[in-house]
Amino acid sequence: MSKDMSYQAVMSRRNDIMKQSVGVDYDSFEYSGLGFDYELMMEKASPYSIAEIQKIQLAHGVGNTPLKELKNITKLARKLAPKGKGARIFVKDEALNDSGSFKARRAALSCYHAKKMGYVGVVTATSGNYGAAVASQAAKYGLKCIIVQECFDSKGVGQPEIVEKARKCEAFGAEVVQLSVGPELFYTFLRILEETGYFNASLYTPFGISGIETLGYEIIKQSEAQLGRVPDVVVCTNAGGGNLTGTARGIKKATSKKVQIIGASVNLKGLHMASDTQFNRKSFTTGHTGFGIPFATYPDRSDVPRSAARPLRYMDRYVTVNQGEVFFATEMLSALEGIERGPAGNTSLAAAFSIAQELAEDKIIVVQETEYTGAGKHHAAQLSFARNNGIEIKFGNPKTEVPGESIIIPSNPSLIKVVDLDLHKTKKSCIRNHIESELPKQITAEDIAFLMEEVNEDEDFIKKALQEIKI
Amino acid sequence: MIKLGTWVQIHRIVLKPEERAPQVPDDTKLVPLELWVKGYLMNDAELGDEVQIKTVTGRLESGKLVQVNPTFKHNFGEFVPEILKVAEIVKEYTFGADNDE
Repeated sequence: MSKDMSYQAVMSRRNDIMKQSVGVDYDSFEYSGLGFDYELMMEKASPYSIAEIQKIQLAHGVGNTPLKELKNITKLARKLAPKGKGARIFVKDEALNDSGSFKARRAALSCYHAKKMGYVGVVTATSGNYGAAVASQAAKYGLKCIIVQECFDSKGVGQPEIVEKARKCEAFGAEVVQLSVGPELFYTFLRILEETGYFNASLYTPFGISGIETLGYEIIKQSEAQLGRVPDVVVCTNAGGGNLTGTARGIKKATSKKVQIIGASVNLKGLHMASDTQFNRKSFTTGHTGFGIPFATYPDRSDVPRSAARPLRYMDRYVTVNQGEVFFATEMLSALEGIERGPAGNTSLAAAFSIAQELAEDKIIVVQETEYTGAGKHHAAQLSFARNNGIEIKFGNPKTEVPGESIIIPSNPSLIKVVDLDLHKTKKSCIRNHIESELPKQITAEDIAFLMEEVNEDEDFIKKALQEIKI
Repeated sequence: MIKLGTWVQIHRIVLKPEERAPQVPDDTKLVPLELWVKGYLMNDAELGDEVQIKTVTGRLESGKLVQVNPTFKHNFGEFVPEILKVAEIVKEYTFGADNDE
């Protein structure tokens, strides 16, 4: 008898399909109440040390990317900053990984593990750089590869950045399944996993996160070797939370000194990520608040039962920048430093340019990624596409930008200013979401201990938050 | 006629509007979930025919034949004057106004 392939039937088989395709028994890490043992999951499910991961990655074209000082951008920041302010800005040039982004680190470990476990292929659901990363690594291991991406609106118009990613995946020999807008991408993804029996190279497995730990680790080691000290601040573009989580974990493994971890997302307030009509009215397909806030406040919305990306455990500050500011920063990187990179990866650069002006001149701030650029995935392509879609593009104060309606390019660089999100409020939302998803009858000491780890706050904070939710 | 073994792209409807997930926003509920995938044509066919293809991973997929030798046409877009202006602005702020004129 053939299986019921309807939406409801496939979704109801979700847990079984996941277990088969990830090879991780998530139930074994669950606590009796709210939470689960995150550290145990990281340790048992992805049993690779930093040294082993580095060896695997270096043998496959990943890692040891240069840490470059952005001297002219620092010079410009100092001209705008109060006297004595303007930290030295460095960038970890992750575009130089095979496949062109830091995502190669996540894919490297997933594909290595898939091969070791005897899977013949890998599947992943992503419209981002991770697709090319998995395709590139799969090519090296001789694994078959399927990338499922959300690419077109209902008029058949493709977001240029995503179309380019499809091209790159195909260049590495992957099959690319392209869909119109909607969260049922997950349904198609599950069907393919079930049909093929391939490994689920999810962004959110322990492999997907521990693969990034080398990035944080390298930042510290390179910083110590080049500058004789650790950086004061590392800025991470934040979307699904994995980039920040993995980087911060790697930093902690490399040094006991305090390094401030700042998350930065592009402000896309007001746009619905699953809306067909709004899909092509945004100029960033990742690194934005449409992913950043929901995934921070409820990490387990991902495609695995327990996400290994849990950014609130590590984030010291969370800021946003607008689309116009990131496009400005992207052109600034080209014009002042002679480094041409993709816009989405420069979200953290725009943020760092502003934050550097708050810090003393002897401080060091690291932008922890760049991504490749090319047709479609370029600020010219994105701005042209936006203009053709009726988005107003003009110079002015970027704070007046309305996502989906306008892109306001700063009329001078002093207008690039991060906006802080209320991290305590974000953490309280995370606590609320945990309570609402599990509906516990009572809160135990174990639950409180879990929530303390989950949002990196003390017992008082958790108890007050629970009182506010009336638990 | 398009010959068997030609590299093509097909299109099919995965979910009709009435089959869409409950959490989908209203505008998205008005339209179907559509899928495009590429592979080798399994039989001789014409554009618009319902066909079967074999993808590069060896999977069989079926749908309407929409493109033969499917081509990427994305590019760098039309010229955006604001980008040139940003380059001028940042250079002037960093190095001072150009005195060559």
